[in-house]
Amino acid sequence: MRKMTAFDETLDCKGMQCPMPVLKTKLKMDSMSSGKILKLITSDPGSCKDIPAWAERVGHVLISTDDTDEGFIFMLKKGD
Amino acid sequence: MSETKPKKMALIASQGTLDWAYPPFILASTAAAMDMEVKIFFTFYGLPLLKKKIKAKVTPTGNPAMPMKMPFGPKFFQNIDWPIPAAVSGNVPGFSTVATSLMKKTFAKKGVATIEELREMCVLLGVDLIACQMTMDVFGFESEEFIEGVNFGGAAAFLDFAADADIQLFI
Repeated sequence: MRKMTAFDETLDCKGMQCPMPVLKTKLKMDSMSSGKILKLITSDPGSCKDIPAWAERVGHVLISTDDTDEGFIFMLKKGD
Repeated sequence: MSETKPKKMALIASQGTLDWAYPPFILASTAAAMDMEVKIFFTFYGLPLLKKKIKAKVTPTGNPAMPMKMPFGPKFFQNIDWPIPAAVSGNVPGFSTVATSLMKKTFAKKGVATIEELREMCVLLGVDLIACQMTMDVFGFESEEFIEGVNFGGAAAFLDFAADADIQLFI
Protein backbone atom coordinates (compact mmCIF):
# COMPACT_ATOMS: atom_id res chain seq x y z
CA MET A 1 0.00 0.00 0.00
CA ARG A 2 1.32 3.38 -0.94
CA LYS A 3 1.26 5.85 1.89
CA MET A 4 -1.02 8.75 1.05
CA THR A 5 0.13 12.23 1.89
CA ALA A 6 -2.49 14.78 2.79
CA PHE A 7 -2.24 17.97 0.77
CA ASP A 8 -3.72 21.47 0.84
CA GLU A 9 -3.58 22.52 -2.81
CA THR A 10 -3.22 20.90 -6.19
CA LEU A 11 -1.67 22.14 -9.42
CA ASP A 12 -2.08 20.37 -12.75
CA CYS A 13 0.76 21.07 -15.19
CA LYS A 14 0.09 18.13 -17.48
CA GLY A 15 0.79 18.89 -21.14
CA MET A 16 3.19 21.72 -20.30
CA GLN A 17 6.83 21.67 -21.33
CA CYS A 18 9.90 23.10 -19.64
CA PRO A 19 10.04 25.64 -18.05
CA MET A 20 6.32 26.18 -17.51
CA PRO A 21 5.76 23.57 -14.75
CA VAL A 22 8.50 25.20 -12.64
CA LEU A 23 7.17 28.71 -13.28
CA LYS A 24 3.55 27.78 -12.50
CA THR A 25 4.65 25.90 -9.37
CA LYS A 26 6.68 28.89 -8.22
CA LEU A 27 3.67 31.22 -8.61
CA LYS A 28 1.37 28.72 -6.88
CA MET A 29 3.75 28.27 -3.94
CA ASP A 30 4.02 32.05 -3.60
CA SER A 31 0.28 32.15 -2.94
CA MET A 32 0.48 29.51 -0.17
CA SER A 33 1.64 29.93 3.42
CA SER A 34 4.67 28.04 4.76
CA GLY A 35 4.10 24.50 5.90
CA LYS A 36 1.25 23.96 3.40
CA ILE A 37 1.55 21.06 0.97
CA LEU A 38 1.08 21.21 -2.79
CA LYS A 39 0.26 18.21 -4.95
CA LEU A 40 1.79 18.88 -8.37
CA ILE A 41 1.04 16.76 -11.41
CA THR A 42 3.18 16.95 -14.56
CA SER A 43 3.67 14.96 -17.76
CA ASP A 44 7.04 16.40 -18.82
CA PRO A 45 9.79 13.85 -17.97
CA GLY A 46 12.20 16.79 -17.60
CA SER A 47 10.26 17.93 -14.56
CA CYS A 48 11.54 14.86 -12.66
CA LYS A 49 14.91 16.59 -12.51
CA ASP A 50 13.71 20.19 -12.66
CA ILE A 51 11.21 20.20 -9.79
CA PRO A 52 13.64 18.69 -7.23
CA ALA A 53 16.41 21.09 -8.35
CA TRP A 54 14.08 24.06 -8.10
CA ALA A 55 12.66 23.02 -4.70
CA GLU A 56 16.13 22.52 -3.25
CA ARG A 57 17.30 25.86 -4.57
CA VAL A 58 14.41 27.89 -3.16
CA GLY A 59 14.03 25.97 0.09
CA HIS A 60 10.87 23.93 -0.30
CA VAL A 61 10.71 20.32 0.87
CA LEU A 62 10.06 17.65 -1.73
CA ILE A 63 8.20 15.05 0.31
CA SER A 64 7.69 12.49 -2.44
CA THR A 65 7.86 11.86 -6.19
CA ASP A 66 5.69 9.29 -7.90
CA ASP A 67 5.42 8.03 -11.47
CA THR A 68 1.72 7.15 -11.84
CA ASP A 69 -0.77 6.53 -14.63
CA GLU A 70 -2.04 10.03 -13.99
CA GLY A 71 1.44 11.54 -14.50
CA PHE A 72 4.40 12.46 -12.30
CA ILE A 73 3.15 13.47 -8.88
CA PHE A 74 5.23 15.65 -6.58
CA MET A 75 4.33 16.48 -2.99
CA LEU A 76 5.93 19.76 -2.07
CA LYS A 77 5.91 21.41 1.34
CA LYS A 78 6.39 25.12 1.32
CA GLY A 79 9.51 26.23 3.20
CA ASP A 80 9.82 29.17 5.60
CA MET B 1 16.30 28.82 2.92
CA SER B 2 19.60 30.38 3.90
CA GLU B 3 19.70 34.14 4.19
CA THR B 4 22.61 34.53 1.82
CA LYS B 5 22.68 37.06 -0.98
CA PRO B 6 20.59 36.00 -3.97
CA LYS B 7 22.41 34.56 -6.95
CA LYS B 8 22.57 36.81 -9.97
CA MET B 9 22.34 36.05 -13.69
CA ALA B 10 23.27 38.43 -16.48
CA LEU B 11 22.18 37.61 -20.03
CA ILE B 12 22.81 39.27 -23.35
CA ALA B 13 20.11 38.52 -25.93
CA SER B 14 21.59 39.36 -29.31
CA GLN B 15 19.51 37.26 -31.70
CA GLY B 16 16.01 37.95 -32.95
CA THR B 17 14.91 34.77 -34.72
CA LEU B 18 12.14 32.65 -33.21
CA ASP B 19 14.49 29.79 -32.28
CA TRP B 20 17.06 32.06 -30.63
CA ALA B 21 14.38 34.04 -28.82
CA TYR B 22 13.62 31.06 -26.59
CA PRO B 23 16.84 30.54 -24.57
CA PRO B 24 17.03 33.97 -22.92
CA PHE B 25 13.36 34.01 -21.90
CA ILE B 26 13.42 30.37 -20.69
CA LEU B 27 16.58 30.82 -18.65
CA ALA B 28 15.60 34.21 -17.27
CA SER B 29 12.10 33.19 -16.15
CA THR B 30 13.42 29.98 -14.59
CA ALA B 31 16.29 31.73 -12.82
CA ALA B 32 13.85 34.29 -11.43
CA ALA B 33 11.63 31.42 -10.25
CA MET B 34 14.75 30.08 -8.49
CA ASP B 35 14.98 33.38 -6.59
CA MET B 36 17.86 34.71 -8.65
CA GLU B 37 18.18 38.35 -9.59
CA VAL B 38 18.11 38.48 -13.40
CA LYS B 39 18.83 41.12 -15.99
CA ILE B 40 18.64 40.60 -19.75
CA PHE B 41 20.36 43.12 -21.96
CA PHE B 42 18.69 43.15 -25.40
CA THR B 43 21.03 44.32 -28.09
CA PHE B 44 21.25 44.35 -31.89
CA TYR B 45 18.81 41.80 -33.39
CA GLY B 46 17.62 40.77 -29.95
CA LEU B 47 16.16 44.20 -29.29
CA PRO B 48 12.89 43.71 -31.27
CA LEU B 49 11.99 40.97 -28.76
CA LEU B 50 10.97 43.80 -26.44
CA LYS B 51 8.47 45.23 -28.91
CA LYS B 52 4.80 45.01 -28.00
CA LYS B 53 4.21 42.69 -30.95
CA ILE B 54 6.91 40.07 -31.44
CA LYS B 55 7.41 39.26 -35.11
CA ALA B 56 10.29 36.80 -34.73
CA LYS B 57 10.61 34.33 -37.57
CA VAL B 58 12.79 31.35 -38.31
CA THR B 59 14.27 29.98 -41.51
CA PRO B 60 16.48 27.01 -42.43
CA THR B 61 18.56 29.35 -44.61
CA GLY B 62 21.98 29.66 -43.00
CA ASN B 63 20.67 27.35 -40.28
CA PRO B 64 21.58 23.93 -41.73
CA ALA B 65 20.94 21.91 -38.55
CA MET B 66 17.33 23.04 -38.32
CA PRO B 67 14.96 20.10 -38.89
CA MET B 68 12.01 20.74 -41.20
CA LYS B 69 9.12 18.73 -39.81
CA MET B 70 5.39 18.70 -40.31
CA PRO B 71 3.20 19.22 -37.21
CA PHE B 72 0.35 17.05 -38.53
CA GLY B 73 -0.32 13.55 -39.89
CA PRO B 74 0.75 10.15 -38.56
CA LYS B 75 3.81 9.86 -36.35
CA PHE B 76 6.13 8.49 -39.05
CA PHE B 77 5.19 11.45 -41.24
CA GLN B 78 5.83 13.95 -38.44
CA ASN B 79 9.23 12.37 -37.84
CA ILE B 80 10.45 12.95 -41.39
CA ASP B 81 13.12 15.61 -41.61
CA TRP B 82 12.32 17.13 -45.00
CA PRO B 83 15.41 17.79 -47.07
CA ILE B 84 14.71 21.31 -48.34
CA PRO B 85 17.54 22.52 -50.62
CA ALA B 86 19.01 25.86 -49.64
CA ALA B 87 18.16 27.08 -53.15
CA VAL B 88 14.49 26.58 -52.30
CA SER B 89 14.45 27.80 -48.69
CA GLY B 90 16.52 30.82 -49.62
CA ASN B 91 14.72 31.83 -52.80
CA VAL B 92 11.07 30.88 -52.50
CA PRO B 93 9.12 33.93 -51.31
CA GLY B 94 7.33 33.31 -48.03
CA PHE B 95 9.44 30.29 -47.12
CA SER B 96 10.39 31.69 -43.73
CA THR B 97 6.72 32.43 -43.04
CA VAL B 98 5.92 28.77 -43.71
CA ALA B 99 8.87 27.54 -41.61
CA THR B 100 7.84 29.90 -38.78
CA SER B 101 4.26 28.72 -38.86
CA LEU B 102 5.37 25.06 -38.81
CA MET B 103 7.66 25.65 -35.84
CA LYS B 104 4.94 27.50 -33.90
CA LYS B 105 2.41 24.73 -34.59
CA THR B 106 4.85 22.00 -33.57
CA PHE B 107 5.76 23.85 -30.36
CA ALA B 108 2.11 24.49 -29.48
CA LYS B 109 1.26 20.84 -30.06
CA LYS B 110 4.08 19.72 -27.79
CA GLY B 111 2.99 22.09 -25.03
CA VAL B 112 5.87 24.57 -25.39
CA ALA B 113 4.95 28.07 -24.26
CA THR B 114 5.04 30.92 -26.76
CA ILE B 115 7.71 33.61 -26.61
CA GLU B 116 5.03 36.07 -25.51
CA GLU B 117 3.99 33.81 -22.61
CA LEU B 118 7.58 33.34 -21.47
CA ARG B 119 8.20 37.08 -21.71
CA GLU B 120 5.10 37.76 -19.60
CA MET B 121 6.44 35.27 -17.04
CA CYS B 122 9.74 37.15 -16.98
CA VAL B 123 7.91 40.41 -16.28
CA LEU B 124 5.72 38.76 -13.63
CA LEU B 125 8.75 37.23 -11.88
CA GLY B 126 10.65 40.50 -11.82
CA VAL B 127 13.27 40.00 -14.54
CA ASP B 128 14.86 43.31 -15.47
CA LEU B 129 14.55 43.77 -19.25
CA ILE B 130 17.08 46.29 -20.53
CA ALA B 131 17.01 47.75 -24.03
CA CYS B 132 20.35 48.75 -25.54
CA GLN B 133 20.12 52.48 -26.06
CA MET B 134 22.65 52.51 -28.90
CA THR B 135 20.77 49.83 -30.87
CA MET B 136 17.56 51.82 -30.43
CA ASP B 137 19.16 54.88 -31.94
CA VAL B 138 20.81 52.91 -34.77
CA PHE B 139 17.64 51.03 -35.75
CA GLY B 140 15.39 54.01 -35.10
CA PHE B 141 13.17 52.42 -32.43
CA GLU B 142 11.10 54.56 -30.10
CA SER B 143 10.57 53.64 -26.45
CA GLU B 144 6.78 53.65 -27.03
CA GLU B 145 7.21 50.60 -29.28
CA PHE B 146 8.34 48.49 -26.32
CA ILE B 147 6.34 46.75 -23.62
CA GLU B 148 5.79 48.42 -20.24
CA GLY B 149 8.56 48.20 -17.69
CA VAL B 150 11.52 48.06 -20.06
CA ASN B 151 14.61 49.85 -18.82
CA PHE B 152 17.24 51.47 -21.00
CA GLY B 153 21.00 51.29 -20.68
CA GLY B 154 24.38 50.77 -22.22
CA ALA B 155 27.42 48.52 -21.98
CA ALA B 156 28.67 49.95 -18.70
CA ALA B 157 25.29 49.47 -17.00
CA PHE B 158 25.26 45.82 -18.08
CA LEU B 159 28.88 45.18 -17.10
CA ASP B 160 28.39 46.77 -13.70
CA PHE B 161 25.74 44.13 -12.97
CA ALA B 162 27.54 41.30 -14.81
CA ALA B 163 30.76 41.88 -12.86
CA ASP B 164 29.06 40.66 -9.70
CA ALA B 165 26.81 38.07 -11.36
CA ASP B 166 27.22 34.33 -10.77
CA ILE B 167 26.12 33.45 -14.30
CA GLN B 168 26.82 35.47 -17.43
CA LEU B 169 25.71 34.25 -20.84
CA PHE B 170 25.87 35.74 -24.30
CA ILE B 171 23.04 34.35 -26.40
